[in-house]
Amino acid sequence: MNTVFETVIGIEVHAQLRTNTKLFCGCPNQFGTGPNSNVCPVCLGLPGALPVLNKQAVIFAVTAGLGLHCQIRETSVFSRKNYFYPDLPKGYQISQYDLPICEHGHLDITVEGVSKRIGITRIHMEEDAGKLVHQGAEAISGSTGSLVDLNRACTPLIEIVSEPDIRSAQEARVYVENLRRILMFLGVCDGNMEEGSLRADANVSIRPVGTEKFGTRTEIKNVNSFRSLERAIESEVARQTALILSGSTVIQETRHYDDFTQTTKSLRSKADAHDYRYFPEPDLFPLHVSSAWIAEIKASMKLHPDAVLLKYKTEGLSEFEIQVLLDDPEMACFFDACCVDGVSPTAVAKWVVGDFQAILRDKKISFSDSPVAPAALTSLVQMIEKGTLSGKMAKEMLPAMMTGKDPESIVKESGATQISDGDALRPLIAAIIDQHPDVIEKVKSGKRNAADFLIGQVMKETKGRAKPDLVRTLILEDIQNR
Amino acid sequence: MSISQLQDQYRRGEITASAVLDQTYARIDSHDGEVKSFLFHTRALAYEIAGEVDARLAKGKTLPPLAGIPLGVKDNMHMSGEKTTCASKILENFQAPYDATVIARCKEALMLPIGKLNMDEFAMGSSTENSAFFPTRNPWDFSRVPGGSSGGSAASVAAGFVPLSLGSDTGGSIRQPAAFCGVTGLKPTYGRVSRYGLVAFASSLDQIGPLGRSVHDCAYLLDAISGHDARDATSANLPATQVVAHLAMSQKFLKIGIPRELIGPEIDDAVKACVESAIRWYEQQGHQIIWCDMASFSAAVATYYIIAPAEASANLSRYDGVRYGLRDKKADTLKTMIANTRGHGFGAEVKRRIILGTYVLSSGYYDAFYAKAQQVRSLITYEFQQAFQNVDVLLTPTAPTTAFAFGAHAQDPLAMYLADIATIPVNMAGLPALSLPCGFSDGLPVGMQIIGRAWDENTVMGLGHQFQLGTDYHTRVPAIGSVA
Repeated sequence: MNTVFETVIGIEVHAQLRTNTKLFCGCPNQFGTGPNSNVCPVCLGLPGALPVLNKQAVIFAVTAGLGLHCQIRETSVFSRKNYFYPDLPKGYQISQYDLPICEHGHLDITVEGVSKRIGITRIHMEEDAGKLVHQGAEAISGSTGSLVDLNRACTPLIEIVSEPDIRSAQEARVYVENLRRILMFLGVCDGNMEEGSLRADANVSIRPVGTEKFGTRTEIKNVNSFRSLERAIESEVARQTALILSGSTVIQETRHYDDFTQTTKSLRSKADAHDYRYFPEPDLFPLHVSSAWIAEIKASMKLHPDAVLLKYKTEGLSEFEIQVLLDDPEMACFFDACCVDGVSPTAVAKWVVGDFQAILRDKKISFSDSPVAPAALTSLVQMIEKGTLSGKMAKEMLPAMMTGKDPESIVKESGATQISDGDALRPLIAAIIDQHPDVIEKVKSGKRNAADFLIGQVMKETKGRAKPDLVRTLILEDIQNR
Repeated sequence: MSISQLQDQYRRGEITASAVLDQTYARIDSHDGEVKSFLFHTRALAYEIAGEVDARLAKGKTLPPLAGIPLGVKDNMHMSGEKTTCASKILENFQAPYDATVIARCKEALMLPIGKLNMDEFAMGSSTENSAFFPTRNPWDFSRVPGGSSGGSAASVAAGFVPLSLGSDTGGSIRQPAAFCGVTGLKPTYGRVSRYGLVAFASSLDQIGPLGRSVHDCAYLLDAISGHDARDATSANLPATQVVAHLAMSQKFLKIGIPRELIGPEIDDAVKACVESAIRWYEQQGHQIIWCDMASFSAAVATYYIIAPAEASANLSRYDGVRYGLRDKKADTLKTMIANTRGHGFGAEVKRRIILGTYVLSSGYYDAFYAKAQQVRSLITYEFQQAFQNVDVLLTPTAPTTAFAFGAHAQDPLAMYLADIATIPVNMAGLPALSLPCGFSDGLPVGMQIIGRAWDENTVMGLGHQFQLGTDYHTRVPAIGSVA
């Protein structure tokens, strides 16, 4: 009988924290500016420069820990992780090692209707390295030269390490999806996997079903989307299974996933693994997070997705709308900003999840970059609710709003408000009915749908501005009275 | 000339800062060719600040206490726009792009930075023989070392080139050269003076401090450079010291502890005799002498040579040839570029300590060496705390011998390491300690060390000041020209 294998996966997620400044200096925590423009003696690793810890980064790390049900260590310690690489200006990375800021958390996932708890071993804080830009090749080997950009050096990261509780590629995917959602809703990370704000490495091994002992694991790096995470794990499991079935053994190593070939290839084996020579960072005293501070952070935390779900249910949103919003924290954030007093959340949800999302997606703009401010969309919804605009008119106004104009001024410029004044419409309606005596007969004989033709004529004459349900009422009234 | 005398002359309008600079550089030009204390001078900057001082004097404005006072700076502290070499080939042409906090404060105090002073490469050594450029000579005897690593700082004061200099002390690097050169030097409490802009040797032990002709002069400089700095997370959140003001107050009667371990057979008889006579002097002034045991001191040197190299091995990793400093341009791979840059750029002692530090942190050795050393370090700190329950200060010789001859320890680095037995425990516990002259042996100065409780520079310097009010060892000068 063939051996049946079980997959065992643990995941390490690196998340960039959305602080204004870097982890140990005052440089802006942002990219997109010219190479080496956001740098100073500290993040350049100049002699004599010293790190000073960013308080906001600590708040974000604690926030993430609380969101993942972790215990927050009252005393955590930064350590130096030593290795040479041109993107590492000091020759060591300041990280946390044996005493990380958060420990013993968990995250629940549901896959195919089955709920499961994934343990979070630890969350630790660390600085990112810089970036190498290789000239004329993908990697350092084969390139004519490599340029060093240290804008990213010293930016704040948290590394979230799961227990080896994950049993399939699908579970791994859902775990990272949920994790990303939590980090985004709590406002600690922008969750952009393609740009590397959120990076997941998977430790994968297999073992015969029913055995306790873990198999030899490999670490899969370079996974930059949910799809590639799933594929990378599947391909690695297939590779390991084939190895074992052929009588061979799995070597403990780091493997690089290639999205193009959808396979993993060996990066370095355990024998080549660095001895990082961790020791406590003498330039920083141990970090103390008091229980009072934790309570303060807890009190000012944004809503956890679980709480957001409840809120949306209470507001009367449909299950579909809730799902769409929870899958896109930026959209949820935009939605929440729209829901001011005096506007119905369900009406807002209809627009945010519906036509507005469609137009943004069409233009490939994310909600966080939306040219339409939440307040503008709110006024649009309010104008519909007041009857100033028809739904159709509102939809037609969206392209104009994408230029940044608010709906009031668009309406003012075009004069294109909805005509909802009966007295203003009656003479036009009477004239149109006069021209179509055949329709009068049909309606009188009970074919009320025949009135739709007349409504169409009125809308045509008013260039769509007449309020359709009012027009219908007035037409029927007029015909009844003849 | 003391700081107070210079201040009086400025106040009375008898001198100008520019004239003081002219005299300073004239003396350096005549005699530093023999002493070799300076690596290079910072004339342009010094004259620029002197101009500012003189302009303010001309307008009758009041000046900060150290305005117009010449200052020598150990070449491991950044002075923006000037080189910082750390007496190493790897940083031979490195130009500092920013001011160390201490330099910014000295500039604000309108001190006149004369130049950068020689040292053991990256502050590793006790003789200044490890400078990659040239050794500095002891002004009292040119055949002897000035001590180290702040050898240039001590020699430049002893030779009468500058009244004050800045040094750094990781295991005795201010106090031992101060003792060898017959000047006064203070290692402040760890965290008292910002390390921002000090090129790190061992971060948990390094501390910048003043060297000068007297405790009183050193107090002026400490008051100017101390105080919290937001750029150094290990800098204590305390205001600047006011030791000068404290020295004007009358001296209280204190309990002075004498560790038996540091008056034992490993101390030269002549040194012992000078220190014992200073102890008697203090007793005569009414202080109480209490003998005590500091058993953990015997492990201090061994512990230091684990912790300091471990930190140094990481601190010196940044000199990889990638961004600044020396780079091996012939290498054809990254690995050989880094290896050759460091191989050519660092001297033997620095390499020895990097290798030592790398070894003790390696997987499988960490617990046996680094972790154990941290435990012993806690023990040393604890033993000091216990001692300070019974005494106000501890008094010891600064070094077991007077200045030794060049090359004396060339074949035996361990013997040189052991010479730091009295100074190293102080850094391990982060305490303040002063070295001041307490006698002479065969024409060479002998120094004693006063160790105090953390943050108690007042008591330490008060006691040293009292000694200097009653003795004249600190006023004696070597026969180099005639000292101003």
